[in-house]
Amino acid sequence: MLRCRTRMNPTAVRRPIHPPPAVASPFPFHPGSLLSIGDLSLDGLSHIFNRANVLESMNPLERARILAKRRIALLFYESSTRTRTSFELAAKGLGADTTLVSSLSSSIEKGESLKDTGLTLRALGAEAIILRHASSGAPWLLEAETRLPILNAGDGMHEHPTQALLDLRTILQDMRPGVETVTAETLAGVTVTVVGDILHSRVARSNMMLLPKLGARVILCGPRELLPEMAAETGPGVTVERNFEAALKQSQVVMMLRIQAERLAGLQVDLDDYKVRYQLNGERLARLAPEALVLHPGPIIRGLELTADVADGPRSGILQQVHNGVAIRMAVVERALLTARNEGGRA
Amino acid sequence: MTALLVRGGHLIDPVAGVDGLKDILLRDGRVAEISAPGKSKLANGAEVLDATGLTVTPGLVDMHVHLREPGQGHKESIATGTAAAAAGGFTSVAAMPNTVPVNDSTEVTRWMLSPDRGAVVRVFPIAAATRGMKGETLNDFAAMKSAGAIAVSDDGKPILKDSVMRETLVSASRVGLSVIQHAEDTRMTAGASMNAGPMAFKLGLRGMSNEAESSIVERDIRLVTELRDARSHLHVAHVSTAAAITAVRQARRNGLRVTCEVAPHHFLLTEEHVGMYNTNAKMCPPLRSAADRDAMIEAILDGVVDAIATDHAPHAVHEKEIEFERAPNGIIGLETALGLSLRWLHKEWKLPLGRVLSLLSAQPAALLGMKGRGSLTVGSFADVLVFDPKAEWTYRAAEGKSKSRNTPFDGWTMQGKVHWTISEGRIAYVARRS
Repeated sequence: MLRCRTRMNPTAVRRPIHPPPAVASPFPFHPGSLLSIGDLSLDGLSHIFNRANVLESMNPLERARILAKRRIALLFYESSTRTRTSFELAAKGLGADTTLVSSLSSSIEKGESLKDTGLTLRALGAEAIILRHASSGAPWLLEAETRLPILNAGDGMHEHPTQALLDLRTILQDMRPGVETVTAETLAGVTVTVVGDILHSRVARSNMMLLPKLGARVILCGPRELLPEMAAETGPGVTVERNFEAALKQSQVVMMLRIQAERLAGLQVDLDDYKVRYQLNGERLARLAPEALVLHPGPIIRGLELTADVADGPRSGILQQVHNGVAIRMAVVERALLTARNEGGRA
Repeated sequence: MTALLVRGGHLIDPVAGVDGLKDILLRDGRVAEISAPGKSKLANGAEVLDATGLTVTPGLVDMHVHLREPGQGHKESIATGTAAAAAGGFTSVAAMPNTVPVNDSTEVTRWMLSPDRGAVVRVFPIAAATRGMKGETLNDFAAMKSAGAIAVSDDGKPILKDSVMRETLVSASRVGLSVIQHAEDTRMTAGASMNAGPMAFKLGLRGMSNEAESSIVERDIRLVTELRDARSHLHVAHVSTAAAITAVRQARRNGLRVTCEVAPHHFLLTEEHVGMYNTNAKMCPPLRSAADRDAMIEAILDGVVDAIATDHAPHAVHEKEIEFERAPNGIIGLETALGLSLRWLHKEWKLPLGRVLSLLSAQPAALLGMKGRGSLTVGSFADVLVFDPKAEWTYRAAEGKSKSRNTPFDGWTMQGKVHWTISEGRIAYVARRS
């Protein structure tokens, strides 16, 4: 029996502490859901890339029969151009009927809860809900309450899984053309630097989780107030480098992020200093990584995180990313509605 | 009032130094006689309660609960909250003042103490330290005390201003009340909904740092040190970080009247239990790192912690079924504190039964100066818990007595089954026969 009384030096005796285990997550409830990029296995990813290619090259009239007259709701609590439009085009491209509910023109304004809005959409016949929400974790709540397939179109500062998928598709097209079946080595030897406001970025979080799964090295780069040191602890294959030029020199891909003024919550960032240290301009790119693929999830702020000559330059993949959004989202929407509930949990 | 003889049980009373078979006679709300089994001289005509094979101990004391009345009866009422207390073995609960309106007036205190509230165990209102709990103007502590307040606190919020906290410590000490501080520097926790650390970063949630707690504890201890002559009693509510425990430990070595409590969730759970945004694992202070949780266990085992308190904080189901960041803080705890303490502190980590019971009864009773409670001697209040300390059972929140269900412990194995809870001689809870 262990003695408990060690008043002289209580930290000297470490009792074996067998804590109660953390409860296993029941999510996702529906195998067609895409809540976190971490829920997708390499097989699941390969399937999505394969379907994206197939659907993209299919005859539009034939494609429109796949989900003909199926009902999909887009529930948007935050403004969005790219994500909303491409989800909508993707769903319509597959023949589905879509309806957009946004927080500014619905009962959400009158105080309706996310649960009740979700149940209402389900009662109206929605078979899947695409959710953009300002609160991290909102898609998990919506799934738990509706048990419908939920597609996370960005939740607070947490995740944006379809963005990470379209980023990866853009990277593969550029560096591994023709590859659609991915493995743990597909991106071996590739270094991707993500630059800027990592703390508030759901795009960064999803990419940090996804890219190392394929063997890529991810370098996070930004000032301390926008990139806490513990970001490196969130997973394997992720490191922090404060010096942008040192990071850029090692990179084959550089992903620039916008400073999210709407999420700074009182944090002061000296933009002039930020530009000096972290802006991607033509001179920097030509000097340190002339071959690197330049990505940005948008919206871009020209003259802040990157300059116009880079955004419009020959190595810019920014519009290709937007373009890829439609194919990726077609694959993800198709998966949501055609994956039967009995196909089991995580893909 | 009829007399009640609790017969044949094994009495454990750490304060009185009793650990053996005794019969206890309760009459007129007090303990009338404690005798060897079958040797009672006064038990003629008393109703008999057969405690053979069971353990008898002073009723438990929870120095930190939220009963939600007045004003938030949809979460809990004084009647349902005290019923939950009785089911958990508690005979005394100290109710925090963050009600609607705030308990900052003698009217509210008296309203809470009125028999019309239907309390089945004793309620001890804690008065707000400042008007409206705004941290600016002190309440009239003498008046609040005479109305029945047992301590002062702005729990749920800290008293941030140095000058106001200093004044609170001096004034409370003058009338013999303890000051209970909710240690959280809210200037550092705006918008935060869980512990700061890799888990919060991963979930995309803003985090509360350990310093937000420990800096207030350290500031308060500095004030108590400066006010040494006033003999102020500072009690730190729901300690959750190793740094805060270290500060309390040091203050005690320096001979200051600084005490603290730890809640079961802080010695059992970590930030990992937030899982995928489980709002029933959201409270303030938040679940911390494993290192902090281990420090809570160490501090309980080595005696730095004075009391186990639940911070019972009921919220209606619909209030917790919302986005994690928007969900209110708090979980219920009255019906699980004993079962979790025995299952983990006693069985798993070998804290002697008498010490577990003392942390749940005698020590908090003494801290708050509850005379005649926390020990069973002739003349003391007939607050008695009769339970089976070895029995294991599974907690089902849906079957609880509390009006609310917000707990992360649903389905957990508990140890120690309450058979009877007796409050001032009246049976407040009887277990269903199974």
